[in-house]
Amino acid sequence: RPLGKMAARMENVEEIRNRVILGEFGVTNVHTTDFPGNYPGYDDTWNVEKFQKNFRIDVVHLDENSMEFDMVGIDAAIANAFRRILLAEVPTMATEKVFIYSNTSIVQDEVLAHRLGLIPIKADPRLFEYRNTGKEEGSEIDTIQLQLKIKCSRNPRASKDSSDPRELYLNHMVYSKDIKWVPIGNQADVFADCCIGPVHDDILIAQLRPGQELDIVMHCVKGIGKDHAKFSPVATASYRLLPEITLLEVVEGEKAERLKQCFSRGVIDLEDINGTKVAKVVNSRLDTCSREVLRHSDLKNVVKLGRVRDHFIFTVESTGILPPDVLVTEAIKVLVAKCQRFLNELDSTAME
Amino acid sequence: MAGEGEKKAVLEMVQADGADEGCVTFVLHDEDHTLGNSLRYMIMKNADVEFCGYTITHPSESKINFRIQTRGGIPAAEPLRRGLNELSDVCQHVLNTFQRPLSFSL
Repeated sequence: RPLGKMAARMENVEEIRNRVILGEFGVTNVHTTDFPGNYPGYDDTWNVEKFQKNFRIDVVHLDENSMEFDMVGIDAAIANAFRRILLAEVPTMATEKVFIYSNTSIVQDEVLAHRLGLIPIKADPRLFEYRNTGKEEGSEIDTIQLQLKIKCSRNPRASKDSSDPRELYLNHMVYSKDIKWVPIGNQADVFADCCIGPVHDDILIAQLRPGQELDIVMHCVKGIGKDHAKFSPVATASYRLLPEITLLEVVEGEKAERLKQCFSRGVIDLEDINGTKVAKVVNSRLDTCSREVLRHSDLKNVVKLGRVRDHFIFTVESTGILPPDVLVTEAIKVLVAKCQRFLNELDSTAME
Repeated sequence: MAGEGEKKAVLEMVQADGADEGCVTFVLHDEDHTLGNSLRYMIMKNADVEFCGYTITHPSESKINFRIQTRGGIPAAEPLRRGLNELSDVCQHVLNTFQRPLSFSL
């Protein structure tokens, strides 16, 4: 790529600094370049006032399981740090030790234990402590005990020629609602009002037939997603950059119609000006950036596709253990704790 | 520098013999791109820093080599400390900005 053409032309500089360009054969201008000394005439040293003035958060959608919010004016390195922490370093409670007293089902012990570990447990992890390594017995401050005891039997009231298992058998489907909490120590008083147990009632764990039974005790401990994915508090957490679509020339008529089809619905609208339909970009946020328009030789030079480099559209979906706004708050606190840990270490070695 | 034998190291400083205090490689234990990249960004925004980068030497070991080279003889621990403080302040500001609209809608 001829660098001489791109370098330091006035109109280009703002674009290089602020936009990621989606080209026909690749994505360019991806990395952050606004560090002190890179651009003559720009002071890119870290300025707290400038950051606080430009930074904003807009919550677009929030309900008990998912949220979508915009974070504007921050760099990708820090936004990505929040995303990584949401996935792997916000602690939750999950089943770790499974004591199988009786399992006569056709599901193997280890497969059953694996499935039980993945069931999300509704317990606020901030009220529990990590279990110390090497400590075998759990105590009330670091363990939740759950029990699954169920036996399948034949339904005496089923009609003689029925073949529907729902009629023939009792308890033949083991759901997560059959998992009961067994309070240890003072947990019955501390957690009297909040019910501890699986988040969802309808997770199918195993299927049984008459005579088969499960008698299982589970110990749940506090952990993070880095250790095992069962501890991850989010179904997923992701972000995308705000798309920006600029029309370089006026597009009318049938060409405008075809241009509209190249983008997601609602991005481009056709305005009626003096009888002809003219294309106009209405809402570029809805676009999925498929770059379909670049596949048409007469349309690809009419638009400029890009993304705004410091505008992040976050989507956080919780598994139900903690509400998504609490998860984001906890993730930010984890990053603060990481910084604090090294600051304390620097201070303690400096005093030696 | 790393403490007693039984205590796990958190932060180490590795300096080449003869080099001044401005060129230091810090080894941060139990860290990865999460802190590495965000800290690198904050330290690069410091005008006194001539070079800043980090590597994960092997993906099976959870530690990063974080190198800082300063301009003008400033000891390298200073931009590191300042970067950590600034990153912590950024997070605090993000937290306050995030919680403000939510407290209004309650």
